[in-house]
Amino acid sequence: MHPAPSVIFFTVSSGLGFGLLAWLGTGNPAVNGLSAFVMYFLGYGFAVGGLLSSVFHLANKKNAIKAFSQWRTSWLSREAVLSVITLLTVAPYAIGRIFFDTTLETLGLIGSALCVVTVLSTSMIYAQLKTVPRWNNGFTPLLFVLYMISGGALFTDRVGIAVYLLIALGILQVLAWRDGDNRTVNNKTDMGTATGLGRIGKVRQYEPPHTGQNYLLKEMAYQVARKHVLKLRLIAFVAAFLLPILALMAFADTPSFGAPMALVFHLLGVLASRWLFFAEARHAVANYYGR
Amino acid sequence: MTTLPTQTDKKLGLVIDLDTCVGCHGCVTSCKGWNTQNYGVPLSDKDAYGDPSGTFLNRVHSYEVQPDTGGAAQTIHFPRSCLHCEDAPCVTVCPTGASYKREEDGIVLVNENDCMGCGLCAWACPYGARELDALAGVMKKCTLCVDRIYNENLPEEDRIPACVRTCPAGARHFGDLGDPNSDVSKLVAERGGMDLMPELGTKPVNKYLPPRPKDTLDCSQSLEPVATEAKGFLGWLDKALEKL
Repeated sequence: MHPAPSVIFFTVSSGLGFGLLAWLGTGNPAVNGLSAFVMYFLGYGFAVGGLLSSVFHLANKKNAIKAFSQWRTSWLSREAVLSVITLLTVAPYAIGRIFFDTTLETLGLIGSALCVVTVLSTSMIYAQLKTVPRWNNGFTPLLFVLYMISGGALFTDRVGIAVYLLIALGILQVLAWRDGDNRTVNNKTDMGTATGLGRIGKVRQYEPPHTGQNYLLKEMAYQVARKHVLKLRLIAFVAAFLLPILALMAFADTPSFGAPMALVFHLLGVLASRWLFFAEARHAVANYYGR
Repeated sequence: MTTLPTQTDKKLGLVIDLDTCVGCHGCVTSCKGWNTQNYGVPLSDKDAYGDPSGTFLNRVHSYEVQPDTGGAAQTIHFPRSCLHCEDAPCVTVCPTGASYKREEDGIVLVNENDCMGCGLCAWACPYGARELDALAGVMKKCTLCVDRIYNENLPEEDRIPACVRTCPAGARHFGDLGDPNSDVSKLVAERGGMDLMPELGTKPVNKYLPPRPKDTLDCSQSLEPVATEAKGFLGWLDKALEKL
């Protein structure tokens, strides 16, 4: 699948923003006043910034408002509705923290839960697609949610929990890469089932329908990155998990220095792994083109 | 509404005969022509005199199959377009309600006034049936020529999809696949019509008729080699070279 920068930025940024808002909703760190304002400003900034970035991915932006209508069947619509509900639920809690020095505990926890559900709905946009075996499994929602919680933990200097989260996430990411490789290799769908000609024998395309580019090839038969996959996985793993854990442990006495450093490494790694999430994903339609 | 109808009154669709298709791309051209001038925005082209690309609702691939049973390889021309699936994944993923499946005849359509061009429906379709138009920014797909098949301003013989009307080989058939007594249903039963990627559970309405098996070359009648050992000058050369 084509790793569109707007969609990579959207999933990473909104995941981080909702992760930060989710941790703030638990009441720990107990920030108030100006420091609460800064935290919530960043949380809303990343979450809303990500959502706006996803709008840039649309080819016909004037109809974007209609995306709120089909929540009965569409995960993309559910995500739109949930993100607005979540941001509106978190707002009164944030206002209480910033301006009135009060903590609406229950509302905060509801807001945190909604943040998780919103990111879950983002992940389901990808996990629901039977056409992409690498996405169509339980690893996708698990990874999205755990990335969100880990990013938020680093953002709020929750060093103790962050180390364990990063270790768990690192293991899960490696398992997901391996599982995705197996699913791609053992896929029942191939050129034979795509054309129905597999029942006769071995199928090979000898002439494509067009010699130029088209939407399908650009969007769903992206191939550029595949030869660098192992190197990129290594870069993603080192940056997203190894370096942040080392930074947290090295600066254990000064978490206000170690945590931001770990967060920067982590985000670079997440960008690489999210880029791979798209670039490595093989779509069923690639079978028709033998790609 | 992007909820799929529990059942449709008719299941209009195409039956494509892979035995008969000659790969002329006539259906591709007539489809592009009709659908550029009729339903919805035109199917645009970009950079027509440079590195051209454009929107098409129908594409013809060409494949070679080497039969497992041995014998001669077969070449098969393979037109690919929307299969108007009963369980159409492209419809349910649509966030705006632009995609829908008609209850009366099962045709899957896009209401371009509602489409926001997110492309998720194209991701959900395993058949590559949907292409986002680069100029208009809305999703385009086969309409089964909904503006022809019910069009009483056209002569009766033209009230079929443009691709079917134009096919010079008679490889494309149009009808109600929900009616077991229709010509297309009988054809599917007789020729063992098949679904594409049935493992993905989309329940396509369109069927493909597999190519008929080819005969194999009968080797019993072929000539035997008349000389196995070279004689004369060539025989001497052969022996001389072997000794070197």
